[in-house]
Amino acid sequence: MSCIEELKYEVLLSQCSFKEAREYIKKNFKYTVEVPPGYRIFNVHLIGVPPLLVGIEEEKVIFPYTKPCYGTFVMRIEGKEEIERLRAKR
Amino acid sequence: MEGSESSGDAAALINSGKRRVLLLLGCPEVPVQTSIALYLAHNLRRRGDEVVVAGTGAALKLMKLADPMGHYIGETMNIDRCIASISEGKMDFELCFAFAHSDAGISYAGTMSYISGAELFLLIFGRGAEELEKTVDFDCRKLVAKAVHDPVPLKRLIDEVID
Repeated sequence: MSCIEELKYEVLLSQCSFKEAREYIKKNFKYTVEVPPGYRIFNVHLIGVPPLLVGIEEEKVIFPYTKPCYGTFVMRIEGKEEIERLRAKR
Repeated sequence: MEGSESSGDAAALINSGKRRVLLLLGCPEVPVQTSIALYLAHNLRRRGDEVVVAGTGAALKLMKLADPMGHYIGETMNIDRCIASISEGKMDFELCFAFAHSDAGISYAGTMSYISGAELFLLIFGRGAEELEKTVDFDCRKLVAKAVHDPVPLKRLIDEVID
């Protein structure tokens, strides 16, 4: 169901734990939004334990992306519409 | 040495009944997962529960190949589609057994604890089971066994909670 592979993405952190991903986003991005587990972004539902943080940097979204066999990745993808939805949550 | 322990009030039996139960499988790289999932599905279906197995493509292939006539497993679905459907309120379960031998497995189980109303049992196994157990900070009943190749320690824990 994921269409992340079809988007232009950057991997900021690879195959880490979910907590490492959370700490990375918290430490490196000034603007973060807490979303509930299962929050839908770029057509995927985020996996993780609260607090689940999503970062915003200019027009890009930074979020944890967990795959069962590979662990968690921190991804950065451009997404104006997603940022609008996230800002509305704050 | 492969040992096991249950935690909390896991020794209390889950009563029989027609319940909708989810088995949430992680990456199938640890051998005991498929064996225990088939055993669990069999026991649940035998007592009248409806079992849905969600997992990665590889995890489901291992299950289906081992049960070609569908004696033990019923409905199956992709793990991310399962999470999506529960998140969107399209379906839910009364019981969930989540399998975890890695941080990713724990994260999926943690997501279930938040999005689902199911009573959550978390089966933690593999060489790092004890260390992994310490990372669990959400409500669930943990069944922990340092099991990799020998499924019996996990089987014993399951037998303690399913009548």
